[in-house]
Amino acid sequence: MAVIKLVQTRSKLYKMQFLKDNLTAYAFLGPNILGFLTFTLLPVLASLVLAFAEWDILTAPKFVGFANFWTLLQDKLFWKYFSNTIYFMLGIPVGMAVSLILALLMNNKLKGIVIFRTVYFLPVVSSMIAVALLWRWIYNPDFGLLNSFLRWIGIINPPQWLSSKIWAKPAIMIMWVWKGAGYNMLLYLAALQGIPQQLYEAASIDGASAWQRFWHITLPMLGPTNFFIVIMGIIGGFQTFGEIYVMTGGGPAGSTTTIVYYIYNNAFQWFKMGYASSIAWFLFIIIFIATLLQWKYAGQKVEYSVG
Amino acid sequence: MDYLDKSLSRKHKFNRFLQEKVLILLILVLGSVLMIAPFIWMLSTSLKEPGAVFTYPPEWIPASHITVTYQDTEYGLYKVMVNGKEEKVIKIKVFKNDADVMIYRDGKVIEEVIKVPANELKEFKKIKFLWRNYIEAWNAVPFGRFFLNSIIVGLCITFGQVFTSSLAAYAFARLNFKLRDQIFLGYLGTMMIPGTVTMIPVFILLKLMGWIDTYQALILPGMFSAYGTFMLRQFFLGIPKDLEESAFIDGASKFTIYLKIILPLSKPALATLTTFVFMGSWNDFMWPLIVTNSMEMKTLPVGLAAFQGLYTTNWTLLMAATVIVLIPVLMVYIFNQRYFVKGIVLSGLKG
Repeated sequence: MAVIKLVQTRSKLYKMQFLKDNLTAYAFLGPNILGFLTFTLLPVLASLVLAFAEWDILTAPKFVGFANFWTLLQDKLFWKYFSNTIYFMLGIPVGMAVSLILALLMNNKLKGIVIFRTVYFLPVVSSMIAVALLWRWIYNPDFGLLNSFLRWIGIINPPQWLSSKIWAKPAIMIMWVWKGAGYNMLLYLAALQGIPQQLYEAASIDGASAWQRFWHITLPMLGPTNFFIVIMGIIGGFQTFGEIYVMTGGGPAGSTTTIVYYIYNNAFQWFKMGYASSIAWFLFIIIFIATLLQWKYAGQKVEYSVG
Repeated sequence: MDYLDKSLSRKHKFNRFLQEKVLILLILVLGSVLMIAPFIWMLSTSLKEPGAVFTYPPEWIPASHITVTYQDTEYGLYKVMVNGKEEKVIKIKVFKNDADVMIYRDGKVIEEVIKVPANELKEFKKIKFLWRNYIEAWNAVPFGRFFLNSIIVGLCITFGQVFTSSLAAYAFARLNFKLRDQIFLGYLGTMMIPGTVTMIPVFILLKLMGWIDTYQALILPGMFSAYGTFMLRQFFLGIPKDLEESAFIDGASKFTIYLKIILPLSKPALATLTTFVFMGSWNDFMWPLIVTNSMEMKTLPVGLAAFQGLYTTNWTLLMAATVIVLIPVLMVYIFNQRYFVKGIVLSGLKG
């Protein structure tokens, strides 16, 4: 009897301790979990429900099944904005090339590197809205800095930039390259400095040229960094909004409207909460697939080891 | 002979090396010019007279057309060659090809009308910074209020996120509890969901609460993040357990351990997260745009966009406003740049 009692009290003690441990843990977790539930998990579920409904906030919501998604598939504007968003992503490799070249140059032991780093990083820390406003002035067709310069070097009819259907997208991409160059350069620089020197030495002994060393050592060793920049670029690219809002308002003729801008208009200008949610989910699925594909593709290339 | 050969080739190598360095420096300097020119252009525009921005070629140094008063009328001063000597003149009358001018010398107008070819008259300009633009821009919309809002929102979000994330991260890293791994997986899973998905329901929720256009709406959704929790958990896992164990034997509570041991040991990670979160909140545009209506509640980026809506093509004021918005951040950056760069890059690498 006594033994049983002892075991019971012990198990009770264990239970008490277990309960206490759990309570402590949940007290630590509490604030975060509360926020997580309220502002992430519930909204995600609500958004999923909304995607199958029609709602203007004022009247009662109406369940419409897959109607939103059917509309979406046939929505010519949506596909136009989708292709705009993809087009914008062509800026990613351009930016990467610029940053990589800068990083390769900076990787030489030169005096005053810190000054260059400071300068190249100025646009990175600047607010995107301020930068967008500044570039809207630079792109002014008549008196902007860029066209003044182009006229000065003899181009009589420089592009109309932000007011041209053809040039508005490249204009925004150029601004991105300018703003992001310093950031990606620093990522590349960190990666370059992590490449073991003996790889280059071995290649030199084998008679590899500078170009061969770059192509067969540097570039493969930068795999993870490239992967990271591409993924961040895609995720960021799909969420482009502020600079478009400030610089073009999505125009001219919708040529710079991105998907997120379309979601914003649907939800907060036209109050089509349901349709906006279905676009948001579509966007999420695309980002998800893109990331998975990249992961799978890059996963094989990233694995390497140096003995 | 052999020795000479060697030294020659060494010299040749050194020359090549030098040339390479000079070329690299040249490209880097050119790149720096491209990076800085827009900022200089912004500063220059912000200090010009409204009309002075519409000139070709553009002037980098703000200058004003000097005027003088003659017989209670203001005249612009011009430079022109008179009898082979450059003189300052005022323009009395302009005809088709020539103009009647009077020479202005030693602060006085010499009352004698001279005819000069009109196209030879050049505006007499002097460097002049129009600081007034800044005052005008500052007063056009409540920029002071925008700054205040951005600071309040930024501090609250940063403190809230670092605090809640570090608490949760401690639980995930050190405590045993039911469903720990499941909950953590749930956190990880939602990290990939873009903000656009949750944005609409959160907006509706805040609208139902009657919180649109309040600080709650600006701050609350930003106070929690799975990303911060994840990042700090990874860092906490790397801290050796010995210290905590001896503190535990001394009877310290879990919270004391968190506060007195874990947090002080995690300064680098906390600093990184702080920089990252504050920068993100300071520059955030879409969320404050959605949840604010009144001028009084706008944060800096949204306020700047609203300012642009009011002064669409008033470039001197627009650029003055942009400078006002950019200067504080750039100052903080330039004086703390080592720390800044580290924070930004680290947060990127770990993301």
